[in-house]
Amino acid sequence: MVMSVVVTGPEVEELTVKYFVLLAGYGEMTPWDELTPAEQEAGMAKFLAFDEACGARPGVEILGGEALGDGSMATTLRTRGGEMTITDGPFAEAAEQIGGYYLLDAPDLDTVTDLCRVLPAYDIDIRPVLETP
Amino acid sequence: MTSTSDRSSKRPELTIEEIYRAEWGRLQSLLVSRTRRLDLAEDALSEAFARAAQRWPADGVPANPAGWLYTTAHRQVVGRLRAEAIAGRKAPLLAVRPEWVLPGDPLDELADDRLQLILLCCHPALPQESRSGLALRLVIGTPTEQIARLFLVSPATMAARLTRAKKKIVLVGIPLGAPVEEELRSRLDEVCRTIYLAFTAGYAPGAGPDLLRADLSGEAVRLAAILHDLVPDALQVQATLALLVLQHSRRDARERNGHLVTLAEQDRSLWHHHEIRAGLGLVSGLARGEGYAEELRLQALIAAEHARAPTAQATDWPAIAGHYADLERRTGSAIVRLNRAVAVGEAEGPRAGLALLTELGDLLSDNHRVAAVRAELAQRAGDFELARASFRTAIDLCSNDVERSHLRARLAGSQHP
Repeated sequence: MVMSVVVTGPEVEELTVKYFVLLAGYGEMTPWDELTPAEQEAGMAKFLAFDEACGARPGVEILGGEALGDGSMATTLRTRGGEMTITDGPFAEAAEQIGGYYLLDAPDLDTVTDLCRVLPAYDIDIRPVLETP
Repeated sequence: MTSTSDRSSKRPELTIEEIYRAEWGRLQSLLVSRTRRLDLAEDALSEAFARAAQRWPADGVPANPAGWLYTTAHRQVVGRLRAEAIAGRKAPLLAVRPEWVLPGDPLDELADDRLQLILLCCHPALPQESRSGLALRLVIGTPTEQIARLFLVSPATMAARLTRAKKKIVLVGIPLGAPVEEELRSRLDEVCRTIYLAFTAGYAPGAGPDLLRADLSGEAVRLAAILHDLVPDALQVQATLALLVLQHSRRDARERNGHLVTLAEQDRSLWHHHEIRAGLGLVSGLARGEGYAEELRLQALIAAEHARAPTAQATDWPAIAGHYADLERRTGSAIVRLNRAVAVGEAEGPRAGLALLTELGDLLSDNHRVAAVRAELAQRAGDFELARASFRTAIDLCSNDVERSHLRARLAGSQHP
């Protein structure tokens, strides 16, 4: 999970962590498809503001991020007894509302939670990306 | 400066214990800040104290004991880091905020990073049940076995919980570094909640000889006092300390022969009156606040009313009922409503208390205390049928042996009002 190490002194190394930020649920927000064009535009403005806020924050970099098709477009694969079945998804009910994700490099969790305040008020799940040994 | 003859006249064991109590948290916070290895810092400091216990009785206590302990512990960490480097393993370091400033020289007795350590332990991303344990372990140095006893879990369970929490801190990048202004206020709310949770755990009835663990609640009071020293101006911190000091002052009166003693029946001469004076002093200085700070202040005011009453009969119940009404408006809590019903029952009579309970409806219907309070109020109102039915409900719902036997005795007595 440790992405880069910059040695600036014996005990003052600056580390960053790679974070997976999942827009996991609507929360109090209306689903994107049900928004009026004007509301969608306002939502887009928040995503752009998030990009800008990340760019302005030292040690933060957006490595990737996309909007995802909604739950009705999910395909679920399950393998049981060696047999793979393909069904209409999503895998879990909770996954229906997943709307998109970001992959971020950031110095710490508090920086990420702080930046997420700029995004539309979705329910968000933040996970560290584990470093492959 | 201590001369050699002075040292030899001291009892070294006691001295180490005193130093442990006074210095553990400060040394731990500095080790964590400087090495950024949460896992190694704790073991290393324990090891340093173990060595001190071995050597100081023979060699005498060094002139700067805290400095000796820090240097010894730091050397331990450096040794482990070297071993890791040789083995080619590099463990992740604790994250730090970009604006974080390393505290002063660890050998200087003023260098202190305990607030950062407390905020780290009480971070909202950590599971609630781990925060208080971690804060007691790292900031005060309470042994894991004792923390386990406080929370009524096995030492292995508590040790695993603390290890998981420390691992999460490092892996998810919960940082060391002072939050500012608005954020510090909300984080201090979390810290106060955590400390209060640890405190009340000691008064949650347990089994057998561990009916109450007031000695361990005392650890939470220490934590509150340390926090108060570090951020004396924070309203929620002032209120937490006042509340805890007042509640804790009654510890020796709360248990008799393995039974809980209710506030009304407590022998008030067993209360720690110098602590009550200190608590009342803190309460008198509390300014009206908002949010959680104000909730804590109201609770402290209630505790103060109880503490200043020379006898149970002399309690100012109307004042207490008023504070509970204010608290209920703010929290909407059914538990607060229950306590308010008790206070109103005393201030205005049992019928008024029962009316408040009726408005609770099905809220807390599985809580034996609601039934027990209803039973007591009905008994006093002369409604013995309701009293007996409610005592039976309370007995069915109650899971604690001691409390249940108390309720059975009350039910038996209810036949003869």
